[in-house]
Amino acid sequence: MTPENQTTTSIDVGKLIGSVERFRNEGYRLVQIGCTKVGDLYEINYSFDKDYHFENIRITITGDTEVPSISGMYWNSFIYENEMHDLFGIPVRGMNIDFKGTFIRTAVKYPFSQPPVTVTKGDKS
Amino acid sequence: MAFFEMVKTALKTVVKRPVTILYPAQAAKKTPISRGHVVFDGNKCISCSICQRKCPSQAIVLNKEAKSWQINRFRCVVCNSCVDICPSKCLFMDTQYTAPAMAKGVDTFTITYVKPAKPE
Amino acid sequence: MSKQITVPFGPQHPVLPEPIHLDLVLEDETVVDVIPSIGYIHRGFEKLVEKREFTDYVYIAERTCGICSFVHGATYCQGIEQIMKIDVPERAQYLRVIWSEYSRLHSHLLWLGLFADSFGFENLFMNAWKIREDILDVMEQTTGGRVIQGSCKVGGVRRDISDEKLDAMAKDLDRIDRDMKELTTVFLQDSSIQHRLRNVGVISRGDAYHLGAVGPTARGSGVAIDTRKLGYGAYDRLNVQVVTESCGDCYSRCAVRAKELFTSTDLIRQAVKKIPDGPIDIKVTGAPDGEYFMRAEQPRGELVHYLKGNGTKFLVRSRIRTPTLTNIPPLIKMLQGCELADVPVIVLSIDPCISCTER
Repeated sequence: MTPENQTTTSIDVGKLIGSVERFRNEGYRLVQIGCTKVGDLYEINYSFDKDYHFENIRITITGDTEVPSISGMYWNSFIYENEMHDLFGIPVRGMNIDFKGTFIRTAVKYPFSQPPVTVTKGDKS
Repeated sequence: MAFFEMVKTALKTVVKRPVTILYPAQAAKKTPISRGHVVFDGNKCISCSICQRKCPSQAIVLNKEAKSWQINRFRCVVCNSCVDICPSKCLFMDTQYTAPAMAKGVDTFTITYVKPAKPE
Repeated sequence: MSKQITVPFGPQHPVLPEPIHLDLVLEDETVVDVIPSIGYIHRGFEKLVEKREFTDYVYIAERTCGICSFVHGATYCQGIEQIMKIDVPERAQYLRVIWSEYSRLHSHLLWLGLFADSFGFENLFMNAWKIREDILDVMEQTTGGRVIQGSCKVGGVRRDISDEKLDAMAKDLDRIDRDMKELTTVFLQDSSIQHRLRNVGVISRGDAYHLGAVGPTARGSGVAIDTRKLGYGAYDRLNVQVVTESCGDCYSRCAVRAKELFTSTDLIRQAVKKIPDGPIDIKVTGAPDGEYFMRAEQPRGELVHYLKGNGTKFLVRSRIRTPTLTNIPPLIKMLQGCELADVPVIVLSIDPCISCTER
């Protein structure tokens, strides 16, 4: 099995809109937006694909940084952006359909922003 | 475009035997490797507790002091992981599903394994 | 202009097998806007990765979905193998393809049945599920489980299929092919079905592409995206045919799935012919350190497992992007402008699998 060639470019939050616009103009489709908590910071991956060519751009932010929505270029991004807001608590500015935290209803608010679970011996939860 | 395409199939099923089985009068389908429930053999268990650590749903509790092996059938997802990993081969997979129960609880088995005396 | 009213649709609805809620804004009988909402069965699978060892998480990854479970497990394993640079034995890769394609057959037949039920063909529903039962029997004979196969692990597969059994499976497929031919002829030819499905829920090629449609939803609009073409597993050694239809309506999406049944059986036959002898697994040592976006073709479309490890036994993040999640925006587009009576058929035509979507 040959591994897929995946390029990841780290960019600044300010340059996000410009970079996404470039992808949109070149005819890429949005594959996913995914958030990862690394320490105290959050990595957000925006993945695009065109003719089986995978490109990924990444912004690294603190939890209270406001992220601009890319729903102007990609109408379908609201799904991922609402998910990002509901699970990680990252504020997203200017979504086309803003569920205001009701897209995914969870018992714990922003569950994925809680500190990672540490496994201790004898933990049976 | 065709009309009444379905009628042919429908008529065929009228004359054929039913494809379903008359469960429970007839036994349910089973294969030799069907995963039903985990069976424990206390005579062979060496209390290594690997099954407890490898259980993805944490259904197994092994207590070395009390010499007991417990399984919560309601947590067990019958993944066969413990059976694969068991070094002393004391766990088996039975093809029969767990019987329905009125109350939740754990099944407790006693470990009766005795370490063989070292040859002189 | 007439008055607008909002009709809630779901999460409990006779036609919906799974809970999705849609707020339909109606003008007379016409839907003008749709607001989807999910979140009725969010289980937080992705958080579990922090306290299960990466080798054990495969059982949890598999249980993301009750229909395409094998593909989830295989995708997760392939992602970990990519990070750890494990060379999986050839035979295991072919076996994964065989089981993945059986999953596709079972999922498509299940969907065809449910779809027939949604437009009132109950007899057709039973016929589709009758054939599905044969597929499930093969699954149980080879893996021990009907829908949760549990036969994939990091570094290979857990069970081998004997060569005699493989040949018998390939032979049995001829009979299944005949049955499926009879079934799909009804779907593709029958006049009343065509009346019900043609020009319902139309989405153009451009909209489907830019709104992120994947799988049969995209292929029904003429967008030839099939992640199997990436050549993961043993797919690069097999001839994968991409089925597309051009109309973009419910009939096209149904036709794509009906025709894909035969490409799946063809792929299984190819794999059975080419499968080499050899070991089925490789010992895995160490822990994943790195990240990878593993993409694979699920019965419903492109599935993405994003995995990130930090060199310990516990992964930092597993993000599962399921095809239904990305098919929701195209669904909204399809529903805008349709009649209220068509809503159930259109919603089912994207094959929504909400349990996977919510992880």
